[in-house]
Order: sequence, then structure tokens, then C-alpha cells
Amino acid sequence: MTVPSVAVQSRPSILSRLAESRNALGFGFMLPAAALLLVFLTYPLGLGVWLGFTDTRIGRPGIFIGVENYEYLWSDSVFWLSVFNTLLYTVSASILKFVLGLWLALILNEKLPFKSFFRAIVLLPWVVPTVLSAIAFWWIYDSQFSILSWALQQMGLIDHRINFLGDPTNARASVIAANVWRGIPFVAITLLAGLQTIPQSLYEAATLDGASRWQLFRYVTLPLLTPIIAITMTFSVLFTFTDFQLIYVLTRGGPVNATHLMATLSFQRGIAGGQLGEGAAIAVAMIPFLLAAILFSYFGLQRRRWQQGGGD
Amino acid sequence: MASVAIGDVYKSFGAAQILHGVSIDIDDGEFVTLVGPSGCGKSTLLRMIAGLEKISRGHISIGSRIVNDVAPKERDVAMVFQNYALYPHMTVAENMAFSLMLKGVPKAESDAGVKQAAEILGLVPLLSRYPRQLSGGQRQRVAMGRAIVRNPQVFLFDEPLSNLDAKLRVQMRAEIKELHQRLKTTTVYVTHDQIEAMTMADKIVVMHDGLVEQIGPPLELYDRPNNLFVASFIGSPAMNLLKGAFANDGPPSFRGAGGISVPLRKPPSIGNGEAMVLGVRPEHLRLADDGIPVKVAVIEPTGSEVQIIGRTAGGEDIVANFRERHSFAPGETIRLSVDPGPIHLFHGETGKRIETAR
Repeated sequence: MTVPSVAVQSRPSILSRLAESRNALGFGFMLPAAALLLVFLTYPLGLGVWLGFTDTRIGRPGIFIGVENYEYLWSDSVFWLSVFNTLLYTVSASILKFVLGLWLALILNEKLPFKSFFRAIVLLPWVVPTVLSAIAFWWIYDSQFSILSWALQQMGLIDHRINFLGDPTNARASVIAANVWRGIPFVAITLLAGLQTIPQSLYEAATLDGASRWQLFRYVTLPLLTPIIAITMTFSVLFTFTDFQLIYVLTRGGPVNATHLMATLSFQRGIAGGQLGEGAAIAVAMIPFLLAAILFSYFGLQRRRWQQGGGD
Repeated sequence: MASVAIGDVYKSFGAAQILHGVSIDIDDGEFVTLVGPSGCGKSTLLRMIAGLEKISRGHISIGSRIVNDVAPKERDVAMVFQNYALYPHMTVAENMAFSLMLKGVPKAESDAGVKQAAEILGLVPLLSRYPRQLSGGQRQRVAMGRAIVRNPQVFLFDEPLSNLDAKLRVQMRAEIKELHQRLKTTTVYVTHDQIEAMTMADKIVVMHDGLVEQIGPPLELYDRPNNLFVASFIGSPAMNLLKGAFANDGPPSFRGAGGISVPLRKPPSIGNGEAMVLGVRPEHLRLADDGIPVKVAVIEPTGSEVQIIGRTAGGEDIVANFRERHSFAPGETIRLSVDPGPIHLFHGETGKRIETAR
């Protein structure tokens, strides 16, 4: 007698079903990255926010004091000065970086001799550690030995040395200039990469259509570059807004807090001054500004209609 | 509209010389194709007419004006690029109106021009779309629309159909030809596809290695190729070319490898025993008991005809086309005879055509 063999299909075990599931697999692959983010981003951020609601000092655990830190900052003129400084610093440095960076990118995109050499050179300010270049600028801006003052004096343009870092206006301009010097390569190289994605034939077509050089830039280069500009400038603004090293080396926020940014003030109050809670509160106060910048770029970065493919 | 004259034009990029003295006269309203293999300089020549490349030596004139030093935008030519070069951030209508906008043409007038061109090309329903949302054939049409709107002196086409699939290519080929018949604008059309050249042109310019090999109407090039290059380039499947020599010891004939002997009606103007190439088009071969023995290698039925690729005793490939549906087996030996009328003789060394009376 033969028994018809029936393939017995037992219910697969939970484990083997998990192994089959694409979602479980995806979750598994995500875990290491998620763990890193949790430990090194979410936890410090959460701790910072929490500290902002306490009166913690270095070496002494604090207690929850609600929004007392923020109430204090609200009436603190130095804090508001640092907010103003940060905005001034970010806005003027970003505009300069954008204009000069775009200009540099356009030059580097032309047919130049030693093109790759110049492209490598342009990256230098970006490659050098910030602290090192800040120290170099410190010497350039030195009240006694400034090479700028010396050169201008030799040329007969000025008759006494410029007090770069001692005068509030000069100091602000000086740190902005240093930041621009350092930030241009990032903008220029990213925009250059964007420029190179624009097909040459578009320029040829536009030339035959009768476009002048300015019209080529206005109607071909600029619109096709906007997506890259949006992403580059978002990053540039975020970097600039949170800048710390340059200021800390050059002026430490002086003279008379004229160059104190929110980041440097937060460090000074929190670490140097020992008031961890207050320092954290200043840092947390940066979040709304950063969020605004990100939201702005989120809408700016949305794919433009012409970038969308297929269909109606 | 205008004529175009290309006079002894040279072009070099650094040490590499691309064009070695090219002269072509294009009449007003004519459709001329520049055809040749990749790297023959045809696209470079077209770009020189457009003004996108400098002329190293010689001159190009459009109408009665020498344009060597005239900026591209002053030349009043419109070009259709191989990759269409549509502005991705502009709608179809904006793409087409771009040149008019730059010229400062009033909006109403420019809209009317765009509408008219769109009607000719069947683009009206697509006017508000972006290039990304179009198929290859539609993009091609927009590129043409952009050229038409300007109503230029000369249309330049740079391999405009090579990014399209075979079926669409045939369709667009007819459309472009029809468009030319309608607009009668002088057209220079670059292609590497000799079928495109044959079917569209009033006049074909065959180029090879920076030189013009032959200029003439399509059928003239087909019937009387000047040299071996043109003979092998024009026509698909290509002309059969058999190497051999002229034999005058007896009735004048062509003697090829493997004992091939083809009688010639009249002796060519070369000496006995001199090297010679016999050219015969696949459709001029027929089955005959006294023909050249050919071993069948591949049979390609296309429906309308059967194409046989075979090998002669001398080891040369030979292609024959039959309208009748012969069914040969690979390996079978068939005998092919050459119509003595439409054969072509070329000089063995220079490759030049040898004139023989029919």
C-alpha cells in the first residue's frame, strides 16, 4: 500500500519568519547606525536641553529650576548682543562666501592653464585645521606686527597701524573676513561640481539662440545651479552660525563682547564660568535659529517642478 | 534663407588636424547631408558653420557674407543637437520662445510664433510640459520647434536621430524631410547613417578622414561611386568588392582569387595584369549555372527579400540579395553570376573608379 506523500508544511518558526522578513532585516541593518546616533547625538542633545532647565555647576549637580535660566537670559544684554553678533556674522559671512565662492567657481570652470592645480590650491583653507588658520590670522591681525598694517604702511595708504582686533567694528569685520577666507573653498568647490553637471550643449544652444555671456549666466547657469546653491548655502549657514574655533582663538569674544557669538558665550558661561546650566540654555537658544535655517532650506531644496521626471 | 559656401576649410585642434581642405557649395533651400564614419570631421564642420568652432584656415560664407569672424548669434543659424540640448528648467513653450525673448520680441508676437511652430510639429498639447516629461521623439520635435521659431537662414542638424529607437528614427526622418519640403530652409544635416543620408538629402557629401570623398545626389553616389570608400560606405548591405586584376589575354575580363573570372564588356583604361577591384551590388547578383561558386554561410530572410552571405573559393565574403524566396542550406554551394551592366571597377592601388563604357 502506498501512502500518497503529502508535503507537510509546518508553520515556520517565529525566528525563521523573522529571518525572511524584509522589514526585520532592514531594522537589523539600521540598528548600528541608530545606536551611534542615540549615543552620540540624541543623548548629548537631550542632556543639554535638560541642563538648560537646571542650575548645575561644574562639580555640583543642580536641581530643576524650570525656565529660570531663560528668564535670566531674556534680560541679559550680553546674551542679546551675542544673538545680534551671531546673526550679523552669519548673514554677512554667508553672503560674502556665496558671492565670492560662486565667482571663484565660475573662474575655475573656465578653461584655464593648470586648472587642477588651482582647484587643489583653492581647497587649502578648507583643509588646514581651523585653529591653525585662526592662529595665522591672529598674527595677520596683530596690533604690533600685522603684515597687513605693515604692507599698507609701506604702500603709503595708511599712516598708523590698524587696530584690527581691539576696536569693536574692526574686530567684527576681521573675524568675518577670516571666516569668509576659510569658508569659500567649500562653497566654491561644491558649486564648481554643480557647474560641471550643466551640459556644454546647453550653453552652445543658448549661444546660437542669441544669448550674451550675462544672459547665459542668468538664464542657463543660475537656474540650473539653484538646487546646488540651496544645499551648499544651507550647510554654509549652519557651519557659520555654530562657529566657535575662529572666534575663540582670535578674540575670545572681545573687545567688550563685540565678537561674542552664541557658541562662544555658551562656552564661556558654561565651561569657563562653570555655570553649566546657563551655558546649556544659551546653546539650546541656538536651536530655534538652526531649525529655521533648516526649514528654510527644506522648502528651498524641494525638487523644482522641472526636476521631476515622467508622467503628467 | 541663404546659400552656404565652404571654401577650402581646414581645422586643427592643437597638433591634430581634423579637416584637410574641405570645399562644399550648398544652394539656397537645399537639403545637404554630411555623412561619414565617426571622426571624419563632419560634426566639426557643422559646428564651424554654426560658429561654435573657429576656422583654422579657409572661409565659410552664409548668403553673401563671410562669417569666419561673425559671432554665432549674428549668423542667424539654428542648430538641433544630438542630445536635443533643451533647457530643462523651461517648459516646451519657454524653450521655443527663448531666442525670441532674448531678441526682445513682444510677448504676443512670440506667442504666435511658438503656436505656429507647435502646430506644424504637433506640439500644442505639450507646450506647458517640461522636457523631463517628454519622450525622446517629443524632445526631438521640441528641439526642431526651437529652431523653426527663429525662422533662420540655415538649419543645422547634428545627428539628431541617433538617440531614438529604430522605428521612431524612420518616422522622424520622414517628418524632417516633409518639414524641409514645407519650409524650404537651407539645411545641413550631419549623420553617420548612410540610409538617413540617402533618404533625406538633395545632395550628399561623403566625408572621410577630414576630406570630401564625393559630393552628389544620392542616386548618383549609389550608381557611380568615385572611389572604393564611397562604394563601400553608400548602400546597405554594402557593395561586394572583389580583389583581382585585369586580364587582357583573350576577351577582356576581371580575374579574382579562387579562379573567379568575370567578363567585361569593354576593356578598362588600365594595362593587362594591373590590380583592380570589382564592385558589384548585392542586388546585381543572380543565380546562374555558369556563375562563380559561392558557399552559403548565412541566410537572412527579411520578408521582402532574402539576403545570402557566402564565401568564394578565394575566401572573400560575398552578399547577394534575392527578391525570390530561395531556400538554401548553410554549407550549400550556389553559383552566382554578375550582371555585366551595373558593375564598378576600381583601381587596385589608388582605389579610384575606373571608367568603362557600359
